[in-house]
Amino acid sequence: MGLIAREIESRGIPTLSMSSAYSITAAVRPPRAVYLDFPLGHTAGKPHDTALQRRILRDALEALVTIDTPGTIRRLAYRWSKDDAWKDSVMRPHPDGASGDDRIERHPDPQYQCEDDRIAAEAAIERGGCRGCVFLS
Amino acid sequence: MSRPPVDYIERTAERYGALGYPPYQWVRNDDEPPFAPMAKPLAGSRIGLIASGGVYRVGQIAFHYRDDSSYRIIPRDCEMSELRATHFAYDLTSARSDPNVVFPLATLRAEAGDGGIGEVAPNAYTFMGGIYSARRVRERLAPALAERMEEDAVDAALLVPA
Repeated sequence: MGLIAREIESRGIPTLSMSSAYSITAAVRPPRAVYLDFPLGHTAGKPHDTALQRRILRDALEALVTIDTPGTIRRLAYRWSKDDAWKDSVMRPHPDGASGDDRIERHPDPQYQCEDDRIAAEAAIERGGCRGCVFLS
Repeated sequence: MSRPPVDYIERTAERYGALGYPPYQWVRNDDEPPFAPMAKPLAGSRIGLIASGGVYRVGQIAFHYRDDSSYRIIPRDCEMSELRATHFAYDLTSARSDPNVVFPLATLRAEAGDGGIGEVAPNAYTFMGGIYSARRVRERLAPALAERMEEDAVDAALLVPA
């Protein structure tokens, strides 16, 4: 995502990157970023906590306006939980000896959230194509 | 007392090493990034949204897990209940329950409704991060999305990885 931020910014459009992976963001150095110390999959907050989501978004927008040094990553103060125990198990081998490699195999076919989505997409294709799908050559 | 951020680069290296895979080549930029200051106040600005959490709308083709560099166009008035998420690299439980956690479209709409921003751009864009080829992102996907931001005449873009 940092590469995309840089490309957009190079065309004169300001960007703000949100991040929950500090080291990855620091390595790619987007123009401006906020860092939220939450588990991956929660870059913009906790599910159904709309008040927290709004506060995080407002902090991100504030950073968009106030960061004036290129490459700044501003840390947001929110914490996922009172302790940081969730950090222990991230991408680490399971205590029962399993490898911790819980990634899903890289199939080249669409990975629908549910079977109904596949049916809906195939029906749309029959009617003339996927609306809003852009495949780059 | 809070502990330091999880170092995903280090943990990925550990895991790949344990599995006998070659290390993943993370993008590293040592140069100063480009920088374009905000030209107008937020309250008068059109904000674009790009997210890489693998979000698609019902009726669209889902992303696949092998270097998918396609993207999806999501209209700003899309119902959140029509959104789905698919990705190989993060726990989807929260995103499938409330897509705003990786694709804050309703949050942005609420902010626009309260006057915090001028408006949400007519379309948001989604893709699936974790594309192995940085070159493909640099040469194809990044320019394509940047062109969308120009066409949509956004005043700023919010970028949300998962």
